[in-house]
Order: sequence, then C-alpha cells, then structure tokens
Amino acid sequence: MDDATHRGEEERSVISTRRMELVVAALLFLFGAVFMYQSYELGFRWAVEGPQSGFFPFYVALIICAASLAVLIGALRGKVGKDDESFVARGQLKQVLSVLIPAGVYILGIELIGTYVASVIYIALFMRILGKYSWLKSVAISVVICVLFFFMFEVWFQVPLYKGTWNLTGWTGY
Amino acid sequence: MQDLSLLFHGFAVVLSPFNVGLMLLGIVLGVIIGVLPGLGAANGIAILLPLTFTMPPTSAIIMLSCIYWGALFGGAIASILFNIPGEPWSVATTFDGYPLAQQGRAGEALTASFTSSFVGAFVAVVMITFLAPIIARFALQFGPPEYFAVYLLTFCSFVGMGKGSPAKILVSMMIGFALSTVGIDIVTGQLRMTFGFTSLLKGFDFLIAVIGLFGIGEILLSMEEGLAFQGAAARINPKVVLETWKKLPRYWMTFIRSTIIGCWMGITPGGATPASFMSYGAAKKFSKDGDRFGTGVLEGVVAPETAAHAAGTSALLPMITLGIPGSPTAAVLLGGLLIWGLQPGPLLFAEKPDFVWGLIASMYLGNVAGLIVVLALVPLFAGILRIPFSIIAPVIVVICGIGAYTVNNSMHDIWFMLGFGVIGYVFKKLNYPLAPLVLALVLGNAAENAFRQAMLMSQGSLGILWSNGLVGSISTLALIMLFWPLISKLLRNVRPARPDKLAEQQPVD
Repeated sequence: MDDATHRGEEERSVISTRRMELVVAALLFLFGAVFMYQSYELGFRWAVEGPQSGFFPFYVALIICAASLAVLIGALRGKVGKDDESFVARGQLKQVLSVLIPAGVYILGIELIGTYVASVIYIALFMRILGKYSWLKSVAISVVICVLFFFMFEVWFQVPLYKGTWNLTGWTGY
Repeated sequence: MQDLSLLFHGFAVVLSPFNVGLMLLGIVLGVIIGVLPGLGAANGIAILLPLTFTMPPTSAIIMLSCIYWGALFGGAIASILFNIPGEPWSVATTFDGYPLAQQGRAGEALTASFTSSFVGAFVAVVMITFLAPIIARFALQFGPPEYFAVYLLTFCSFVGMGKGSPAKILVSMMIGFALSTVGIDIVTGQLRMTFGFTSLLKGFDFLIAVIGLFGIGEILLSMEEGLAFQGAAARINPKVVLETWKKLPRYWMTFIRSTIIGCWMGITPGGATPASFMSYGAAKKFSKDGDRFGTGVLEGVVAPETAAHAAGTSALLPMITLGIPGSPTAAVLLGGLLIWGLQPGPLLFAEKPDFVWGLIASMYLGNVAGLIVVLALVPLFAGILRIPFSIIAPVIVVICGIGAYTVNNSMHDIWFMLGFGVIGYVFKKLNYPLAPLVLALVLGNAAENAFRQAMLMSQGSLGILWSNGLVGSISTLALIMLFWPLISKLLRNVRPARPDKLAEQQPVD
C-alpha cells in the first residue's frame, strides 16, 4: 500500500455525525425508558405520606425520553449534506482508542498491583510506544514522576492511594 | 458597617504565613492547570480537593479558590502564545491575542489580558462583598417552595441562555438529575436505580463525573488532533507592562461593559464562556476599530478576558449565598464545602462568618497575588506548554485516576470515571453541553428534597409555586427562560434578526 492510499484509509469516516446522533439519541431514549420503568416499580404516585420514591425520577426520565425523541426526529429530518460530516475518521479513532484501551488496562493494573507500580509502567509504555522515546528516557521520567507523586500523596499530604491486591510497595511502610 | 469590619477580620485570617503560602501554591498550580489543555479548572480542583481534606476549611478554600483564579489567568497564556485555548472561556481571547503574539506583541497582549482579568475579577469581588450579605439575609426567609423555584430558575436559565439545541440541553440536564437519584432515597430509605449492583449503592459522586467528563473526555478529544504546539516566544519586561498599562485606560468603556456582562452571566448560570463571547461581540460592535477586530487589537483581548473573569468570580455569589453554584467549577467548590461539613447558603453567613469573610478576603488577595505571579512567571508557564503531549497525556490520566480514587477511596469510582470520560467525548462531539449535567448531578438531591417538601406543604398542588409574590415571580421568570427558545423564534418571525457569525465559532460549554 503506498502512502496516498494509506492516508485515504486513515481519513475515511467510521461513522457519520448524523448516524452517531441517531445512535446516541436512541441510547438516551432507552436509558430514560429503563429509568421510567424502575420509577414505576418503585411507585411514582402520591402515597399517604407524600410523593413516593419514584415520583421525581419518573418525571425526570419522562423528560429524557421526550427530549431524546426530539433530538432523534431532528437528526432524521436534518439536511443530509450538512449533517453527513464524519463523526470520527479511522485514524482519529485509532488515536483515541490508543489512549482509551491502555487507560482501561492501567485501571485494571491499579486494582492488581497498586497505583504507583501501575503508573510507572503506564507512563513509561505510553511514552515509549506513542511518544517514541528511548527506553531509558521513558523509564527515567516515569519513575521520577511517580516518586514525586508518592511523596506528595503518602508523605506530605497523607492521602493514602490504592496499593492493589498484591501490594508491591508495602516495603516502603506506607 | 459591620460587614466591612468582618471583611478586615477576614484579611487578618488570610494573611497568616501558612495561608499566604497556600495561596501562592494554589495560584501556581492553578495557572499550570489552566495552561495545560485537558486539565480544566473544574476537574483540576476536583482532583486536588482530596489533598485539602486534612487542612482547616478556611485554608482549604483559600487554596482551592486560588487554584480557580490561577486557572482563569492561565487559560489566556495558552490562547495568546499558542493559539490553543487552555480553557473554553479563553477561546475568544485567541481571536486577537494570537495575531498580536505573531506580530511580536505577545508581552503587550499578555499584560492586557492579565490586567483586564484582574479588573473584571476585582469588580466582581467588590460586588460580592456588598451583595452577598444582603442576598443571604434575604434568603433566610426562603422556604422549600422558594428554594425549588430558584433551582427551577437556575436550570431553566440553561435552556433559555444556552447555545445549541434546547432538547440536548434538557437531555443533558435530566441525565444529571437521573444519576443523582441513584442510590438510597434519603427520604424513604428505599434503594433506587441500583439494578442490584452494590457498587451503585452510594450513587454517583459528581466529582467523579467532573473528572471523567472534563478530564478524560478532553484528553480523548485532544488525542484526535495529535497536538502539535507552535508557540510564540514570551518575554515580559517591566517596560512593556508599564507601556501597556498606559494604553489600557483608553478602553474604559469596554471594561465597564464587559464587567457588567460578565457579572450578569456569572450570577445567572450563563457562565464564563458565553460571557466572553458576548463581551467580544459587543466590543466589536461598539468599538471605533470594530472592523480591525481579529487582526490583533488590544481591545479584542481586553473584552473577553474582563468578562470571563467577572463571570468566573461572580459565579461564586449564588454558591455561597444560596448554595447554588453558577458554574461547574463553583459546583466543585460547593462539593468541597459539603465535605468539610459546611452547608453553603444563607446560614453560613450567620454561623461561620470567619469562613465566609476569609473566603471573600482571599478573593481580593488571591487576585492581586495572581496578577503578580503570572506577570513574573510567564516564561516558566509557557515552558510547560512545550513539554510534549506524549508525556503530558499519560500523566494527566494518572492524575485523574488518583483524583477519582481519593474522593471516596473507592476503586469503582475510577471505572466510573473512565465511563464518564467516554460519555464526555461523545457528548462534546455531538454538542451536548456538559455543564447542566454536572450542576444537575450536584443539586439533584437538594432540588428533589425542596420539591418534595413544597409538594407536601401544598398536598401535591403545583399552585404553591405561585402562592406568593416572591415565589410566583421567580417561577414565572423560570418558565419564561424555559420557553425562551420558542419565544425568541416567534419574535424572529415577526422581526427577522441578523445572523450572528460569532455564535458559530462558540463552543458549547
């Protein structure tokens, strides 16, 4: 594949703004409907002692449904030419996912090996892979930053952070 | 004047070495937050909030509000030098600020921007000093119907004064309310909307929403662009500062106009972003050099900056007097007050005068200190912007994660934060405003309780919202605001309005 077609591939739209608008409005409608059903189950009427638990959420959910329906209809009736712009291009989505997915893995890492160790690995890998820094530079900067955080939170402000299922920083005494 | 003596007492509280130190630290942190894209004032303060839990409340609020002033100042640096608005309210500053920097007049633009920020904030603080005690005394007579009417007005104003689709504003706001009902219903003790998940028992903390929506969401948006900075050099020497100061009095009319716009938009929940655009538009319309706006006119920097700071500061007026924040950042500060066990509202003035007047005094001193710090340290802050994004981005994600965890010491919250980040990214791209969601999430419980109590008083009749002159006029005003998009459409049919070019460039906040 030569460079030009590669670039074309990267700029190709994954989903149009109009379609995304429809999907989001439909999801929001669903969200409202689920909340309405829950409020109905809780009781949304007026009891002897006053409004029931579902009273307020019921009307809130009703407005969500009505307003998302309005957005949906608006998007359906919208001018095709203007609203057919790309919501996100392939290359852009790749960039976004390249942050989002590692962030999810990082949070999983916090659960398992604790905030500090996970952060060192996350920052270093991010710099190495997305920033194209050398291994030495990536690891050095990342360690310095996390040691700084350690002192700031654990020592100076005395706010303990999550140490993970397997506590790897237990030897520090904090 | 009793209030004035209380204010001087407040100054005495603030001027202890510990508090002055925190003030300077807060401002420096705030400017850094303001300069960095992806870390805004609201999520910056939300993240740093847990650091202040061990401090006395007065010191804590001094530091947090100084972070806020710093962020307001810092947004301008990125706008002028790099053409990247660090904060949404500094978008309008780029129109004339960046051209000025390209012409080698960055020093002038920065001085003008900092000075006008200072002026706007200062006038707003003076207004708060005199209006806050009056409003607080007045609000002491409020009962549940009045409070609910004020809440109604706050939220209807979003629809009436917001930009973009009213339906989207409503959806976003109601999602905030819906999320606020998740967890235990404090009136009946029933569980609501938890769908059997124990992690939802405590509900959604709005600080988590702020960190996710604004922090992670913003990072995802910035990643799309693959940020490349190209900045102008920044050097400020005393000579440039003095020369710019000599020019500024010429724009006194712009200052007055922008301050009024800013204060108005700040008290009503219009916010700093629309205020800066309105003020820029008004200055362009009334100025002699209106046609040259956009090519690098000092007045074009003065107008949005004055209004943004006036609005950002006056957003704190309804927060401390009524407990209703005028902006997401004010909402985060309100969250802080609640965590320290202080209930914002009219009683705060009676019960904790030390705290309230300490806060007001710190607004005066914080702005003076802020002006000096930013003028002195501009090159340092501009240097931060030169750190590559591939280092900044993971560090911001780490900071957001730590911030989300420390709010309740809960791992669930970090996952929620990531979820809110995705929502923030999608909503921002589809122009769903985020501010109403956050404010609704903060005020949801209070608004629902006020509504329930009012309904109990009236046995379920909405007529109580019109039961006396005060509550009736607030409710009527709220309805006018709610239906303003329709009303203005009808008016436009009668008399066609000119298209507003500026509005198209305006971001939805």
